[in-house]
Amino acid sequence: MKRAFTTDEIMTIAASRELIGARSCFVGIGLPSIAANLARSLHSPGLVLVYESGTIGAKPTRLPLSIGDGELARTADIVVSVPEIFNYWLQPGRIDVGMLSGAQVDCFANLNTTVIGSYEHPKVRLPGAGGAPEIATACPRTIIVMRQSKRTFVAHLDFLTTVGFGVGAGSRASLGMPGAGPSVLISDLGMFRPDPETFEMILTSLHPGVSVVDVRNATGWDLKVSGELIETAEPTDEELDYVRRLNFGTSAEATN
Amino acid sequence: MAEFLTLESAIAANVHDGDVVALEGFTHLIPFAAGHEIIRQRRRDLTLVRLTPDLICDQLIGAGCARKLIFSWGGNPGVGSLHRFRDAVENGWPRSLDLDEHTHAGLANRFVAGAAGLPFAVLRAYAGTDVRAANSTIANVTCPFTGEVLAAVAAIRPDITIIHAQQADRAGNVRLWGITGVQKESVLAATRSIVTVEEIVDNFSDDRNAVVLPSWTVTAIAHVPGGCYPSYAAGYSERDNDYYEAWEDLSRDRAVFEDWLERRVYERGSA
Repeated sequence: MKRAFTTDEIMTIAASRELIGARSCFVGIGLPSIAANLARSLHSPGLVLVYESGTIGAKPTRLPLSIGDGELARTADIVVSVPEIFNYWLQPGRIDVGMLSGAQVDCFANLNTTVIGSYEHPKVRLPGAGGAPEIATACPRTIIVMRQSKRTFVAHLDFLTTVGFGVGAGSRASLGMPGAGPSVLISDLGMFRPDPETFEMILTSLHPGVSVVDVRNATGWDLKVSGELIETAEPTDEELDYVRRLNFGTSAEATN
Repeated sequence: MAEFLTLESAIAANVHDGDVVALEGFTHLIPFAAGHEIIRQRRRDLTLVRLTPDLICDQLIGAGCARKLIFSWGGNPGVGSLHRFRDAVENGWPRSLDLDEHTHAGLANRFVAGAAGLPFAVLRAYAGTDVRAANSTIANVTCPFTGEVLAAVAAIRPDITIIHAQQADRAGNVRLWGITGVQKESVLAATRSIVTVEEIVDNFSDDRNAVVLPSWTVTAIAHVPGGCYPSYAAGYSERDNDYYEAWEDLSRDRAVFEDWLERRVYERGSA
């Protein structure tokens, strides 16, 4: 009999699979941290987890609540200062993959983590940029993980905190961004990858039990669907065991 | 040379109304006791500087000490919002709060430039973002060698930087280890500095390559064991994650927060 799983679990598991083959991952707290730790426990034991607190090669046994938890430092290969982690390690592109989340994403995978409403008079003041803009600039590729609804997948961001593909083809090059940008956007409904011509994120995979209509109803822009749409592979028993062992409920999404 | 003072005297002598005050410590070694002493001494119109304002700035903002915040990520790590910060920005309570916001790399490099005695620092950042557009301390600069357009960020030179460290020796040299954040740069960038420490030792053991701030770079040292609670000091204490989670409810409501402030800060004497 197939085991039941939640939409958050399939999202996290799908994100962890995207890290197969990566050497190192720059990890934000919240959903990205869960996915990266799952990847290291499950199929990429050598994956070097890098947190912006300066911990390189952290090997936490349980999910950290913050990026500066003592266990990250105790288990790291090295611990460096904040200027060093950004200037020597992230900026030159030494970290293969960046994993990010946000409060809003648009069709070019740009992210908002700053405000809902206007900047001067926000309806909701969010935490702000943190390390995300430079992660998105410097990492050879990024993975975005966030829950999907019309409130989060929007036609126009209230504030552009972190550039994905800007306004489309050519934007990253003209902005001088060395990394290739988001290779995939993973939600609790499906997966989206950039169109090779336009760089708009198009639906390429549906999670089990989800329809294209479901995804359209949770997308604020006119969603394009890949001609080769597939279904995301169901979680294996092993994946589900690991994701549950990682104390799934403890780490709320930092951007609330 | 660093002077050994009580925390009360160190704050009274070195933190003035209107000062630019950096309180550093990246999740680890956050100088909470010093923050509470600033609240008790009712300093006003401060410009607070911290990469991650964390609960310490939420408390100072809620207590009405700050008119401006220079920061790069204002959340409760792993939990959610900083409600006092949000209330100030969204509703102007207890007063309005000006913002000068950056990315972590941008603000860290502003401290680096301050420590280096340079007017600005250079990094590959901010292009195409609204963070760039919202901020007058970020500009473009063209590399004179390659022509690449990069971001320049203005140096930051706090009037005073306050940090918490594991140890000072009797000569007033300061040692900290573990996650060292941007403490060294923020102290060297500042005009004055206060370091609260877990322990005063006769001599440092020399078995690790820890950050040492020589006595002559520090203005005052106060012996405040547990002065970074509810954050932690590696080798001395663990982070109280429950406190961070409880802050979510405690800080959401103004009256509940003010009651907390009265009981846990004002009614308690200086350390």
